Amino acid sequence: MSDLTEKRIIFKHIDEAGYSNDIACYQKHGGYENLKKAVMLNPPDIRDEVKKSGLRGRGGAGFSCGLKWSFVDRKSGKPIYLIVNADESEPGTFKDRYIIHQDPHQLIEGTMISCFANDVKQAYIYIRGEFPEGARILEQAIQEARDAGFVGKNICGTEYTCDIFVHRGAGAYICGEETGLIESLEGKRANPRIKPPYFPAVLGLYQCPTIVNNVETLCHVKHIMDMGADEYLKIGTPNNTGTRIFCVSGHVKKPGYYEFACGQVTMGQLLNDVCGGPLEGRQFKAVIPGGSSAKILRFGEKFTIKNKDGTTKEWAVEDIPLDFDSLAAAGTMGGSGGVIVMDDSVNMVDALANINAFYAHESCGQCTPCREGSLWMKKISTRMVHGEARPEDGELIKNVADQIAGRTICAFGEACSWPTQSFVAKFGDEFKSYADAKKHKPADALELV
Amino acid sequence: MNLKPETLTRIDEVITHYPEKRSGTLPLLHLIQEDVGHISDKAIEWIAEKLEIEPINVFEVVTFYPMFRREPIGRRHIKVCRTLPCALAGGYKTCSKFEQEFNTHRGEVSPDGEVTVEFVECLASCGTAPVVLIDETLHENVTEAKAKEISDQIKAEAANRG
Amino acid sequence: MIQPAKLDLITVIIDGKEVAVPKGTNAIEAARLAGTDVPHYCYHPKLSVAGNCRMCLIELGMPMADRATREPIMDPETGKQKIGWIPRPQIGCATNVAPGMQIKTQSPMIKECREGVMEFLLINHPLDCPICDQAGECKLQEQATSYGRGYSRFIEQKNVKPKRTQLGPRVVLDDERCILCSRCVRFSQEVAKDDVLGFVDRGSYSTLTCFPGKELKNNYSLNTVDICPVGALTSTDFRFKMRVWFLKQINSIDTESSVGANTVVWSREGEIYRITPRRNDEVNDTWMADSGRLLYKQVQVDDRLKEVTCHGAASDLKTALAAAAEWAKAGDVAVVGSGRSSVEEQFLTKKIADKLGATTSLVARLGQGDKLLISEDRNPNTRGALVTGLIDQLPATELTDLASAIEGGKVKTVISVGEDLAAAGLTAEQISKVNVVYLGTHANPTTAHAGVVVPTLTVFEKSGSFINQQFRIQKFAKVVPGPRGAIDDLTVLDQLLMALGGDSVGGDVTGIWTTLAAEVSALATMTFRTIPQTGLLLDSTPWANLSFPEGETLHFKPALAEITV
Repeated sequence: MSDLTEKRIIFKHIDEAGYSNDIACYQKHGGYENLKKAVMLNPPDIRDEVKKSGLRGRGGAGFSCGLKWSFVDRKSGKPIYLIVNADESEPGTFKDRYIIHQDPHQLIEGTMISCFANDVKQAYIYIRGEFPEGARILEQAIQEARDAGFVGKNICGTEYTCDIFVHRGAGAYICGEETGLIESLEGKRANPRIKPPYFPAVLGLYQCPTIVNNVETLCHVKHIMDMGADEYLKIGTPNNTGTRIFCVSGHVKKPGYYEFACGQVTMGQLLNDVCGGPLEGRQFKAVIPGGSSAKILRFGEKFTIKNKDGTTKEWAVEDIPLDFDSLAAAGTMGGSGGVIVMDDSVNMVDALANINAFYAHESCGQCTPCREGSLWMKKISTRMVHGEARPEDGELIKNVADQIAGRTICAFGEACSWPTQSFVAKFGDEFKSYADAKKHKPADALELV
Repeated sequence: MNLKPETLTRIDEVITHYPEKRSGTLPLLHLIQEDVGHISDKAIEWIAEKLEIEPINVFEVVTFYPMFRREPIGRRHIKVCRTLPCALAGGYKTCSKFEQEFNTHRGEVSPDGEVTVEFVECLASCGTAPVVLIDETLHENVTEAKAKEISDQIKAEAANRG
Repeated sequence: MIQPAKLDLITVIIDGKEVAVPKGTNAIEAARLAGTDVPHYCYHPKLSVAGNCRMCLIELGMPMADRATREPIMDPETGKQKIGWIPRPQIGCATNVAPGMQIKTQSPMIKECREGVMEFLLINHPLDCPICDQAGECKLQEQATSYGRGYSRFIEQKNVKPKRTQLGPRVVLDDERCILCSRCVRFSQEVAKDDVLGFVDRGSYSTLTCFPGKELKNNYSLNTVDICPVGALTSTDFRFKMRVWFLKQINSIDTESSVGANTVVWSREGEIYRITPRRNDEVNDTWMADSGRLLYKQVQVDDRLKEVTCHGAASDLKTALAAAAEWAKAGDVAVVGSGRSSVEEQFLTKKIADKLGATTSLVARLGQGDKLLISEDRNPNTRGALVTGLIDQLPATELTDLASAIEGGKVKTVISVGEDLAAAGLTAEQISKVNVVYLGTHANPTTAHAGVVVPTLTVFEKSGSFINQQFRIQKFAKVVPGPRGAIDDLTVLDQLLMALGGDSVGGDVTGIWTTLAAEVSALATMTFRTIPQTGLLLDSTPWANLSFPEGETLHFKPALAEITV
């Protein structure tokens, strides 16, 4: 019987009675002790510790944080920048919001430790424009930290100097893409850069080596500093260490945030046991496990998973452990942890139309496949819902998506095509029969686009 | 440009945050929009001069980011999230309710000049869907009933202002 | 002659074929060297890489080696090193080839990629071909034939954007046709240094524009029309005038300044329709100034000289030249040559001057250089006059020496080859004191006064060569026949030489070169035919201590001035 108790590390104090977001409260709970510890160490040792811990990025890509840090060009003589990606915009994701609003000092401490570990003298927090209060809270927290000697000159009384500035975005999802973010910080349209040659670790902000890390990832760094990599490794599963924050939304009884160790719970346990199961009189139909860009899972699907010894096992959606590798094996991804649940009241064509409208709106427009393809998919989807739906439209829209993925400048190409590809692949029947289904739509059916 | 002295002070300060002036484009646009209410052609030229870049550079940025408005809007800005989790919770109904309450359409200024109702994309609070961002305050779990409540409150505040 | 620099070559394998290319070449250029065309839109050899059209996607692979030991991993079947193909296609424009790199420009995956990008470009593209100037030279049309689906699957509404916006005085913009390749934006920023173009809005609604109140009006704006792969940016002057497949293309040289930008002149049935730049990596890359493109307008104007006159009355060449010879025999002749004449014409002019023992001069035209493709010397061929020996010092803008000589009664006849003496500083009074023989193309105060006027040809109506500021000799060819009545300059000069008792040197370009190569040391062993289309650098040391007026332009740096103590 697996343990269904949340493992609150990052979210330990979120919504805790009596916990406030000022530095006094933070320090009362042991805050900034780890920064004091860190500045006494050698930066390469801290980097090694983070690499050893197996920390994977929590922004959506799940790339090894230690490995990302190791790519930084430390020989160029140019200043190294660190940017906190607080542009949380992946639909279904809402964890960074809580950290920023309720526990900003955890982020600041994690940022400062990471800056020290990478010889960074200047960091920026790129926060989405729709968090105006969050920006104010962060600026205040940074000032408190400056006054206390944890940010700015001579940190913790040492020679180390590093400052943080808050930079507000203005409503573009593509600013969550690291090179799009960098372009936006430079004051331009957030057009992602071609890689090669513009890898941020070499040619990032102002063409200097730059690290872009997610808010939650940097908080994990603080905790790795706190407990040490060895202890951190004990949390989660091999290659999927630490905790993850699941943001559950949609048709469950108890939507909200839940922090568990990677792989500690399965999809079924999360949705049924932790989140109270489907709404009254309803059945689960589909779930998107990692933000709207992740491929959708259809309840009733079976996955054949290869074991290490060559044998296979079969999983239903409910059986999938919620860690990066297991979800990848099931043909989807852990992504940002945004779990969007749909029950049998939802028509998948309508749901896809909603998602396609999002991506068409957010495409930066730089490269041909994404720019034209995302809008085309939106137009097909919207026409199906509000105009004429032809039986071949499902096949057409999937074909369009196939022409986008893998051909674009940045991962937005995959992000906008995976939903369409997976929806049509797994619910193709609904697309074929949509014209008919539309005729019988109940009067109170939910409008999704 | 008739900007408040505090705005000008903050503008000069924020420019110092970056080694390259052009980075000040977004912060300056935010500050001016907060001060004046929208971004005019004049504002764009003013910013371009301040940051020693071309007006087209600023113009490109203003039109790229949906949060920047080129025209004045209603007194209160009601942004309803339309992305999937909120839509699944009834976000579209919420938006229609606001439109109904103020006798307006999405994207327009209401006849009494009090609100502009708009759809926006995911506001990152999907667990408490449907969510609505009104000016700088996030309202959670905004059902049709709650939308009515909020609208009444806005109308009351407008009346009090006289 | 200057030898080209030696290049660092590496070997890459393109579609199974080995080819040696210079280090640092990108995959598109490498493929071109291998004889394969990789379709592309946003890539331009003279602009920074944007990588946004995604049309140049190719398959890339590197020979596999063990990560730890660096030992090559061999394929047992072929006995050769295994190739690790990257599963995702890569853009060729942003890939600098490495030694041993494998490139596939043809494969099922690449075919799909190209068809996909092609389809995406066409879905919002208006069906304007019948009314679009770009037809016949449109990259979209050309690649749609190779990679288009042939039918459309798009049944939605196309995006509507501003059509026929006057972006500037010479450029018209049709936003619906724009494929957002950003070549024009990059050109304006990087080459013209006039950052005035940009994209507004987002996604598929992105639109090219200028800031309200600003225009694309710099003197290089028409280059954006050249590089626009579709008909989004078109020339106001050329709009709707002619289909390009009817036009003949002839190579020429821009005579606006001593830069000598290489051009192509497009004509049909004796009428010129437009001028575009011709690529020359040593002179003008792929650019030219807008002002140079207008020069063809001088061909068909009302003040064009069209008949030989002698003593004010209509005449024929023989009579007129006989009269000229009469005057010349009396001695005290001054010859005014032109920096706009070709090398061949200047050579003949010198021969005439030598025969008469006449003084020679040239008229300088100076203006402000724009550091790009217009230099301070607004004559295209000052150096031709130096090389042929017509002059041995740099000319002045005014003929002050000649004026004083006339005042002093030391000049009785002036032979002017295309230079208006009044514009060169001579007063009407001074001009009236001498006999004037004028060879030229347009009427001016001098022709009103000249005793003998012989109409000749503009640069578009004859062939020849110019020597530009780099001392590069470049050819230009005849595009259209001259107006009835005008005579080829070389014919006139040769006949004049004979009328003065000299020997003919052959009145055509090729014939003259035999004598040219024999008598002018800088041009020894050359023939007109073998001068390459990109010109030939001459040895400029004999003139190294002259202080030429030109400053720095695109491919020219002035020699360091001598420091006088």
